[in-house]
Amino acid sequence: MTEKIATRDAYGKALAELGRTNPDIVVLDADLSKSTKTDVFAKEFPERFFDMGIAEANMIGTAAGLAAAGKIPFASTFAVFATGRAFDQVRNSVCYPRLNVKIAATHAGLTVGEDGASHQSVEDIALMRALPGMTVIVPADGVETRLAVQAAAAYKGPVYLRLGRPKVPVIFDDNYRFAIGKAALLREGQDVTIVACGYMVGEALAAAETLAGEGVEARVLNMSTIKPIDTEALVKAARETGALVTAEEHNIIGGLGSAVAEVLAEEYPVPIIRVGIRDTFGESGSPADLLKKYGLTAADIVEAARKAVAKK
Amino acid sequence: MELAPETKAMLEDKAKRIRRHIVSMLAEAGSGHPGGSLSIADIVTALYFQVMRVDPARPDWEDRDRLVLSKGHACPVLYAALAERGFFPVEELMTLRKINSRLQGHPDMKKTPGVEMSTGSLGQGLAAANGMALAGKLDKKDYRVYVILGDGEIQEGMIWEAAMAAAHYKLDNLTAFLDFNGLQIDGPIREVMNPEPLAEKWAAFGWNVLTIDGHNFEEILAAVEKAKATRGKPTMIIAHTVKGKGVSFMENQVGWHGNAPSKEQAEQALAELA
Ligand SMILES: Cc1ncc(C[n+]2csc(CCOP(=O)(O)OP(=O)(O)O)c2C)c(N)n1
Ligand SMILES: [Mg+2]
Repeated sequence: MTEKIATRDAYGKALAELGRTNPDIVVLDADLSKSTKTDVFAKEFPERFFDMGIAEANMIGTAAGLAAAGKIPFASTFAVFATGRAFDQVRNSVCYPRLNVKIAATHAGLTVGEDGASHQSVEDIALMRALPGMTVIVPADGVETRLAVQAAAAYKGPVYLRLGRPKVPVIFDDNYRFAIGKAALLREGQDVTIVACGYMVGEALAAAETLAGEGVEARVLNMSTIKPIDTEALVKAARETGALVTAEEHNIIGGLGSAVAEVLAEEYPVPIIRVGIRDTFGESGSPADLLKKYGLTAADIVEAARKAVAKK
Repeated sequence: MELAPETKAMLEDKAKRIRRHIVSMLAEAGSGHPGGSLSIADIVTALYFQVMRVDPARPDWEDRDRLVLSKGHACPVLYAALAERGFFPVEELMTLRKINSRLQGHPDMKKTPGVEMSTGSLGQGLAAANGMALAGKLDKKDYRVYVILGDGEIQEGMIWEAAMAAAHYKLDNLTAFLDFNGLQIDGPIREVMNPEPLAEKWAAFGWNVLTIDGHNFEEILAAVEKAKATRGKPTMIIAHTVKGKGVSFMENQVGWHGNAPSKEQAEQALAELA
């Protein structure tokens, strides 16, 4: 069986690790430290951890001030609240002055599950991507999360890290080299390219397997950095495979699919089919039930790939 | 306030039934928030079975009183009360948090009859209640608006924006309850981010402030009557409560904020609530 670990768990561990080597790392949370896993850091470095209570806007504003005074703040809460409640603070106090704030938001997307639509962010990538100067990273597994946390800390400027609630299969091994802005080629193929991020990377790999059985060789790209996006890898994929499918646990408006379509429309137009949430809010249910109902399974990617190939 | 013995017995019986529903629903759902549901079970019971003018046959009746559950995670108590009051079948409670259910993990006014406002993102309910109260004044309606806030929830800045607005617009048709159970998720409110002193703060914001035992029906109902009689100011009823009230192993335990009981735990809880 493949090992499974939630990206939020990997985040909690990586953050504590980082705290041991870098005294400038400070962490803020908004009464969700047990869920976002910042409690691991809090236990080890209580003097560098600030629970701001249920006050996300204040948390981001405070993080901006800490960054302005030389600290490297990581601020965590659920993705809906980090990007929604605190949007103006992220915009005007973090991105506009280009402060060195890392927003690590957990419980993104439908896989929040039973808590329902109020807690399922379907728009956070779009919101963060539209902010000038913001870097947006959606790690696919625990290994990539750890590397992304380290890269975010080393990078100077605002970063949005989108993390998930459920356990997801480990995709990368210890040889994996993560770089901000670089897509990872997970599977070679010449007939179609599936570009995925986050939870959907596992589904994309499963879809490629099914497609291979039908004689369709799908390339799979893990596009963990959504901004700045890896234009080179996208143009190469468009040129060599002639059709693309995007797969994301996010609204098809404004997220990965939009980012890919924007680049290729200008640089190398080919058919693109977007798999994602079709401009609707979610609802309560188990993650598996929700992914099925909202069209976010390997089977949905397979169908989209067939359509994309037919359009070539 | 003296309550007729049969009224008191009726309310106690209803509250117990509602607490039992909460335990059963959450055990069946396998997730959800028992602590903050149980802490306001008596307040919600008093509102739906003694105070509020509602008609289950007409959930959209213009003249109805309204309750905004701003601390939306406590919706199991709201669903249980609405079902007991006849807004939908009691059996439906067992669909809580399941796919395609009308009973969402956090209140959804478009899905559930009797739910007045979609909540779940903490801090927003008081502003919405203000809007309803303002509309009531504009339309010269005599309906009243109730809102229930969490004591952790009031750490949100917009609660205080709304507090200022309610007093500014003299919303005496608005009554708020503060569920003062002393706990949030990361620990006791005093340790996480102390919002106290509470009565002084709300009074300074221009509210009529009352402090009660939130598990005492006489005190709950007397406070509601005082709020109704108050002119020119909104009323804040600070209700001292016990998080997890009624289930011994959940009482005052921060760990029971957002965990569903197992089947065995639910059986023990139901035995205590028999
Ligand atoms: C804006 C927002 N931030 C965070 C959360 C997550 N959350 C749900 S309940 C809760 C704690 C609430 O504490 P309190 O208001 O005291 O509720 P109670 O004790 O009555 O359950 C938190 C942080 C949320 N629902 N909304
Ligand atoms: Mg509380």
